[in-house]
Amino acid sequence: MFQYVVKRVLSIIGMLILISVSVFALFFAVPADPARLTCGKNCTPAIIEANRHALGYDKPIVVQYFDFMKGLVSERDFPDDPVIAKNSPQSITHCPAPCLGYSATQGQLVSTMIKQAFPITASIAVGAFVLWLVGGIGIGVLSALKRGSILERGLVGASLVAYSLPTFFIGLLLLDIVSIKYGLAPPAGYTPFVDDPVAWAKGMILPWITLAMVFAALYVRLTRANMLETLSEDYIRTARAKGVPEWAVIVRHAMRAALTPIVTIAGLDLGGVLAGAAITETVFNLNGIGKTGVYAIQQLDLPVIVAVVLLSAFVIVLFNFLVDLLYAFLDPRVTL
Amino acid sequence: MSEQARHLLEVDDLEVHFPTADGLVRAVDGLTFSLEPGRTLGIVGESGSGKSVTSQAILGLHRGTPAKVSGRIRFDGVELLDLPIKDLRRLRGNDISMIFQDPLSALHPYYSVGKQIAEAYRVHHSVSRRQALARAEEMLELVGIPNAGRRVHEYPHQFSGGMRQRAMIAMALVNDPRLLIADEPTTALDVTVQAQILELMKKLQREFGSAIIIITHDLGVVADIADDVLVMYAGHAVEQGAVNEVFYQPDMPYTWGLLSSMPRIGSPRGQRLATIAGSPPSLIRPPSGCRFHPRCAYRGLVEGDACVTTPPRLVAGGADHRARCHLEPGARERVRLQLSTIDSVGER
Amino acid sequence: MTEPLLRVTGLRKHFPTKGGLLSRNRSVVKAVDGVSLEVAGGETVGLVGESGCGKSTTGRTMLRALEPTSGRIEFDGRDITGVGREELRKLRREMQMIFQDPFSSLNPRHTVGTILAAPFEIQGIKAPNGVKAAVRDLLSRVGLSPEHYNRYPHEFSGGQRQRIGIARALAVQPRLIVCDEPVSALDVSIQAEIINLLQDIQAETGIAYVFVAHDLSVVRHISDRVAVMYLGKVMESATSDELYERPLHPYTNALLSAAPLPDPVQQRAREKIVLQGDLPSPSDPPSGCVFRTRCPMAQQVCAEVTPAYAEHSPGHWVACHFPEDEQLAA
Ligand SMILES: Nc1ncnc2c1ncn2[C@@H]1O[C@H](COP(=O)(O)OP(=O)(O)O)[C@@H](O)[C@H]1O
Ligand SMILES: Nc1ncnc2c1ncn2[C@@H]1O[C@H](COP(=O)(O)OP(=O)(O)O)[C@@H](O)[C@H]1O
Ligand code: SF4
Ligand SMILES: [Mg+2]
Ligand SMILES: [Mg+2]
Repeated sequence: MFQYVVKRVLSIIGMLILISVSVFALFFAVPADPARLTCGKNCTPAIIEANRHALGYDKPIVVQYFDFMKGLVSERDFPDDPVIAKNSPQSITHCPAPCLGYSATQGQLVSTMIKQAFPITASIAVGAFVLWLVGGIGIGVLSALKRGSILERGLVGASLVAYSLPTFFIGLLLLDIVSIKYGLAPPAGYTPFVDDPVAWAKGMILPWITLAMVFAALYVRLTRANMLETLSEDYIRTARAKGVPEWAVIVRHAMRAALTPIVTIAGLDLGGVLAGAAITETVFNLNGIGKTGVYAIQQLDLPVIVAVVLLSAFVIVLFNFLVDLLYAFLDPRVTL
Repeated sequence: MSEQARHLLEVDDLEVHFPTADGLVRAVDGLTFSLEPGRTLGIVGESGSGKSVTSQAILGLHRGTPAKVSGRIRFDGVELLDLPIKDLRRLRGNDISMIFQDPLSALHPYYSVGKQIAEAYRVHHSVSRRQALARAEEMLELVGIPNAGRRVHEYPHQFSGGMRQRAMIAMALVNDPRLLIADEPTTALDVTVQAQILELMKKLQREFGSAIIIITHDLGVVADIADDVLVMYAGHAVEQGAVNEVFYQPDMPYTWGLLSSMPRIGSPRGQRLATIAGSPPSLIRPPSGCRFHPRCAYRGLVEGDACVTTPPRLVAGGADHRARCHLEPGARERVRLQLSTIDSVGER
Repeated sequence: MTEPLLRVTGLRKHFPTKGGLLSRNRSVVKAVDGVSLEVAGGETVGLVGESGCGKSTTGRTMLRALEPTSGRIEFDGRDITGVGREELRKLRREMQMIFQDPFSSLNPRHTVGTILAAPFEIQGIKAPNGVKAAVRDLLSRVGLSPEHYNRYPHEFSGGQRQRIGIARALAVQPRLIVCDEPVSALDVSIQAEIINLLQDIQAETGIAYVFVAHDLSVVRHISDRVAVMYLGKVMESATSDELYERPLHPYTNALLSAAPLPDPVQQRAREKIVLQGDLPSPSDPPSGCVFRTRCPMAQQVCAEVTPAYAEHSPGHWVACHFPEDEQLAA
């Protein structure tokens, strides 16, 4: 068990290094000049060169990579130039460790941007997660128990429709009709939870519903299929033959077995959404991780791209790991 | 009235029909038998003859499914078929309990063996979890599981096949039932383990005095443990009676076929085995007349076409012996004498 | 004595198993651990023992369907232990296998005709009247009707599928078939039909069988000689009659005693030896005699010295320090 954890942690670190190298390499393979993108229309070659130097884009890629890695453990300064530091210290941006870099396009430290974006994404993700888990599993179990009824056909049909609609379509539909036209729900917007929980929830309702719809539909189908399979298992018959009341047969015996594999999928999906819900964030104009990442790619903003990709990758592999641990805990047949 | 009170279980004209896309599957079709307290009834028959469906009908396990169940099942004078589910549940696992063929799939993979036994106890007794677990441990010890104190916390996959079946038996007996239904309890086990399990069931029956229904397709198992035998074919009883009657004076062609198609350790080697021609009939459109007639090698001995047109009734041949066949007693006697396997073992 | 058709000597098959993900103490499952066996042309050798004792692995390894860990396999006087792929392919014409569940080895999307024609094409067997006629002939030999040619496996009952499996094995006209529990999943009357069929084919073609089963009465019925296996080793072997009438090994005795007789009076009257406990793990077999942990006769020496597998009387081999008849004499 301990060995397993150590091994997994090491492999996660290795993977993140590999990803960061790939992102750096990929970025330099792109035939565009990031320094050119740092200033607007009336740009002179001199300014571009100055910016290039200030951002360190003139250094060899390997050096840039190691500067970045060093920044993760020690502080950095932008631009990292002793001459400028001496002449005009006020133009230096100090970046405390762990330093993820400096975005020239945004004129901000990347860590500051991430610190602002992550709570937004987390708010969307966690709320939507609860919604789709409760909704998806609830409807899934219900439709399995009411097998063959009109209710079941309706629920399964509805989930099929929800599943086949693209996220942006659902989002825009909700935004246009529910919120703008009929004013049934407040428009989306982010208020930190600690400031005002009610405003926080109000602003998140539409993104939650949007994101949860697609996932919930998937979970309805998964749950229903697992429940139907489990209900025909021999041990369910055993439970009934023991005289266990039907509700306990369903909850203690059937759901316990049918939902365990769903835990895995749910964990992975939550990880995926925490890594950025790009479409939902874009539709509702929320500056979460996903939207930040998309914008950074459009701007070829290397430090932001690297940070977002690494963060996303980290969240995903971390959840992978947590899910494996949880699964071993839930299924006694699995040993680590 | 006293005549009725003698029976612990009375099954009368039981029918279990399953509506399917192809038509109505008459899995059990007019089954009648009874069982006295403390006795063991062996139900034998080919796979698909309706043995498991029957046993599940007794516990009302077809409720809530599309299956159509009719007839009468009386347990200790109580009619089970229209008993409210709440009352039926009070009987399940308490007065009547059941063990299944494959103990690995019959036990829940996510709960420890002890918890599952404890659950069976707690459903019918208001005791604490701890008391129930202690009881589970006691039961495991009783069925001969070594280190019961440790084993009680282990999961089914950590048990061997024989141990699992012992655990199932422990679970079935935890409430001291009056009837234990064992559906092919040893089919998935090796002979050595089967012998252990059969010994265990006999021992526990002596101690607990429960009646047992043991379902099997192995006539050896029946010969070992049963007091009475019920031979099932295509959903109903074709022969039933005391075990010695059925084994030594078998009274109808299907039983003859079953008994003589078994290779025997004691019989001369190398001769061809007797077979039963054809295959089990459709349960959707069962054969007319005697359901066995398409496979029967002896219907030529019956005058006219009664076998094809008229279903034979279950007729008493001896005091404790009934069979469903149109053959005259004299003809049956002559065939029995010809069947060497039955004849040779008949000399008691 | 003439050269046997198949002779295996000291056959071993060990499967490596991983412990935990990281643990270095990998163990091996000694599925077959020193089996020696001979099969003469046209005879049937039965292999019995509890599940997990290595019967199937022995059967598969002696056909080189599994690579032996060590030991020697000779077919028709030729050492085939190390022969290459091409040679092995040719050997498949001589040695075939049938299984307990033929359904899983029959392609559900192919008709019986296609399934049975495949061996002819793969092995390049000439059929004088065409492959189709040969397949129809095969079908009728195993008691199926030629009109089954265009049906699919799922349209057949268990017994009929077993017949298809037998027909497929017979297509290449082998000299040996390893039958791995071919009747274990069948009802008695169907089981009897398949056993009769196998015996008819043997009488007709002089084929040899290795017949694996756990039902002792079935094995006795069909076999000329029987080998009793326990934990990867042969404990005893003799002709059927000899083995069943004068079993020498306590394990054979226990097995025979455990198989219930379909005769209530005899079955209840006989004395039963009920073995205690479970089969030990084949990755950690007991020292000395592997049976000693469950043996009613076990003495100190059984834990210390592995009993030799020796010929006790002509043709009757046993691996036990205290063979039964010597106890009677003592
Ligand atoms: N739920 C079901 N729906 C349709 N047919 C069924 C169902 N359950 C059992 N049967 C059929 O009923 C017959 C008897 O089954 P069963 O009692 O399991 O036989 P066995 O004697 O082997 O235990 C079989 O032909 C089986 O296919
Ligand atoms: N491919 C394999 N890998 C690891 N162990 C195996 C494999 N095949 C068989 N075994 C093990 O070898 C032993 C013998 O198996 P098998 O030959 O199938 O026994 P039998 O046919 O007598 O039931 C068993 O303990 C089994 O678990
Ligand atoms: S009634 Fe006729 S067909 Fe049926 S078993 Fe008797 S002889 Fe055979
Ligand atoms: Mg059954
Ligand atoms: Mg096997």
